Amino acid sequence: MKERTYEKYFRQNRLPHIWCPGCGNGIAMKAIVQAVEMRGLPRDKTIIVSGIGCSSRASGYMDFDTLHTAHGRAIPFATGIKLANPELNVIVITGDGDCTAIGGNHFIHGARRNIDLTVVLFNNTIYGMTGGQASPMTPLHKKATTAPYGSVDRPFDACNLAQAAGASYVARSTAFHVQHMTDMIAEGISCRGFAFIETVVQCPTAYGRKNKMPDPAEMMKWMRDNAVMKTAWDRMPEEKKADKFPIGVFHRHQAVEYTEAYSEVITLAQEGGK
Amino acid sequence: MTDMKLMQGNEACAAGAVAAGVRFFGGYPITPSTEIAETMAKILPSVGGCFVQMEDEIGGMGVVLGASLAGKKVLTATSGPGFSLKQELIGYAACAEIPVVIVNVQRVGPSTGQPTSPAQGDVMQARWGTHGDHPMIALSPWTVRETFDAAVMAVNYAERFRTPVILLMDEIVGHLRENVQLPAAENIDIYPRRCPSKTRLQGYEPYAPEADLVPNPADFGTGYRIHVTGLVHDYTGFPSGSPAVTEEFIDRLHKKILLAQDEITHYDEFFMDDAEYAVVSYGGVARTAYEAVRQARAKGIKAGMIRLMTIWPFADKVIRRNAESLKGILVPELNYGQLKYEVERAAGGKCPVKLLAKYNTEIFVPGEILEGIEALKGGRL
Amino acid sequence: MNTEILLKSERCKGCGICVSFCPKKVLGLDTLGHCSVINEQACIACGQCELRCPDYAIFVDKKVGA
Repeated sequence: MKERTYEKYFRQNRLPHIWCPGCGNGIAMKAIVQAVEMRGLPRDKTIIVSGIGCSSRASGYMDFDTLHTAHGRAIPFATGIKLANPELNVIVITGDGDCTAIGGNHFIHGARRNIDLTVVLFNNTIYGMTGGQASPMTPLHKKATTAPYGSVDRPFDACNLAQAAGASYVARSTAFHVQHMTDMIAEGISCRGFAFIETVVQCPTAYGRKNKMPDPAEMMKWMRDNAVMKTAWDRMPEEKKADKFPIGVFHRHQAVEYTEAYSEVITLAQEGGK
Repeated sequence: MTDMKLMQGNEACAAGAVAAGVRFFGGYPITPSTEIAETMAKILPSVGGCFVQMEDEIGGMGVVLGASLAGKKVLTATSGPGFSLKQELIGYAACAEIPVVIVNVQRVGPSTGQPTSPAQGDVMQARWGTHGDHPMIALSPWTVRETFDAAVMAVNYAERFRTPVILLMDEIVGHLRENVQLPAAENIDIYPRRCPSKTRLQGYEPYAPEADLVPNPADFGTGYRIHVTGLVHDYTGFPSGSPAVTEEFIDRLHKKILLAQDEITHYDEFFMDDAEYAVVSYGGVARTAYEAVRQARAKGIKAGMIRLMTIWPFADKVIRRNAESLKGILVPELNYGQLKYEVERAAGGKCPVKLLAKYNTEIFVPGEILEGIEALKGGRL
Repeated sequence: MNTEILLKSERCKGCGICVSFCPKKVLGLDTLGHCSVINEQACIACGQCELRCPDYAIFVDKKVGA
């Protein structure tokens, strides 16, 4: 059997991971290491930073320097690492609650600064670790333990948010579209600036069971049937878009990267601020 | 020594931090600490360092912890409301053992309180502001020159013990301008961050303690591929749910500071040789207290003063030793009474300990503290 | 048999994703709830199972020289 070379990026003695049977996080974590391998990032110069929640346990399984921060704070920590040592490649793993609720401010400001981070959001549309509370990305009318009658909170579109806030690269994929997801992340890694990739992952335990879709394979088939490639989405009549969502690259715009901008500040200061 | 110059406390804080090797500052504007950020924004890039203004106080704390893990000596600065927000990640730094100095230039609280008016209301928050059991080092300078020294010391302690250190200033000292002569660079002791003593192949464990109970987690990007977490962890750095690991971990966090407690507890004693009454004071208030004690002496009262620079860990020994021979201790504080209770605990009932509290935005004048000393002597407190 | 299937049972949590996505009904769950090969002959090494296994518990290749 051919060697699965990406396996070297896992801390073998930490596997199996803690995620529930059928959880899509494992698929997204593998997509990240495969993207790292595709891009040939030097392992000892690549840092994985995560927040708190199911998604953020990923850092512990990945054989790099890894940082499991506090809830919502992965982006500030990652910003500090990148600014302190711009030669490091910094990848952030976060969840929908971590990134868009408690870490929402850090998220938009990371994008605004356009600092060179690759931020991968594992969107399972629920707080899984705490047992299934509604997140800012829980779809309207779906059930959660804190939305027993269905959520009336309008969800964020994290991709629109990242783009509006100034990210250089914005994309979405799903756990069904594994190769596509890997490609989306790999392109994000190549981007010199704030790259944001939303990966839609299934949570059969906390979300699926509450919403009549307890089987993880069924959830993935739902992704297959409802995700629409960006180009097709753009041509799709509005009335057909209900329940569907676009995937692919939504935004590419190479703006000035923050550590590069700051290196000019250093030059200016050292020349006496003229 | 360098030339004499007129300097503000907040500027001296920034200068001391840079002299101690700080090359990264992240923070959020808040009065009365803002001059620290402004000074760092100007100085740091000129020495190849980095200043970043974050979106909020928590971000300011997170960004410096990230930079510290990547190998930089780091500083952040704030005041009361921001200090409250930073508590979350101060606990993270204690747990993950990340060197960091947090300056809190205290102002009147609670909440937004009385912005820019002086206070000492965050003494207990400095000790217990973050959740859970953790040790804390807090230093409170009383002059502009000592603010420089305290900043150097705070950075050194943060690096040496791999723990958050609070530079607990107050608005009096932060905005005070004094003529100072700073030490020449070669006369400043700097604690260099330790490097791992083993390689990965030699079985390096990032959180295995050295003889001083401080571990040596490698800087990110140096090839050790370590894991850092705010979960309780074992020597490998990975989370552990074990009661034995948890107990040893929390013990070690405390003991690494306790082992060095005498060495890091700094204080001055003035006129204490024959003193019958003592004023225990710290920060900007100690300046007034010193004058009050001199005036008391001029009136024939055998008054002395213990001036605490190290607030945490608390200077139990000096208080205890003096309490044996004192008839009373007065603790003037710009708060409703905080450190007074620590003094009382340390005095262990050997002499009465009385509070002189002020919390109306105004600083003490010497006469008030002198009256306090006289009242203490006369048994009227 | 032109294919090779490697199962890492210690990683398998029995979610059934591989079973669901296998187009040739090669896979099933055993009495312990782990993925097992029930019809190896039918395997066409399409790799759908490996691709979507969230636990990295199944690997499939065409046999070398086959």
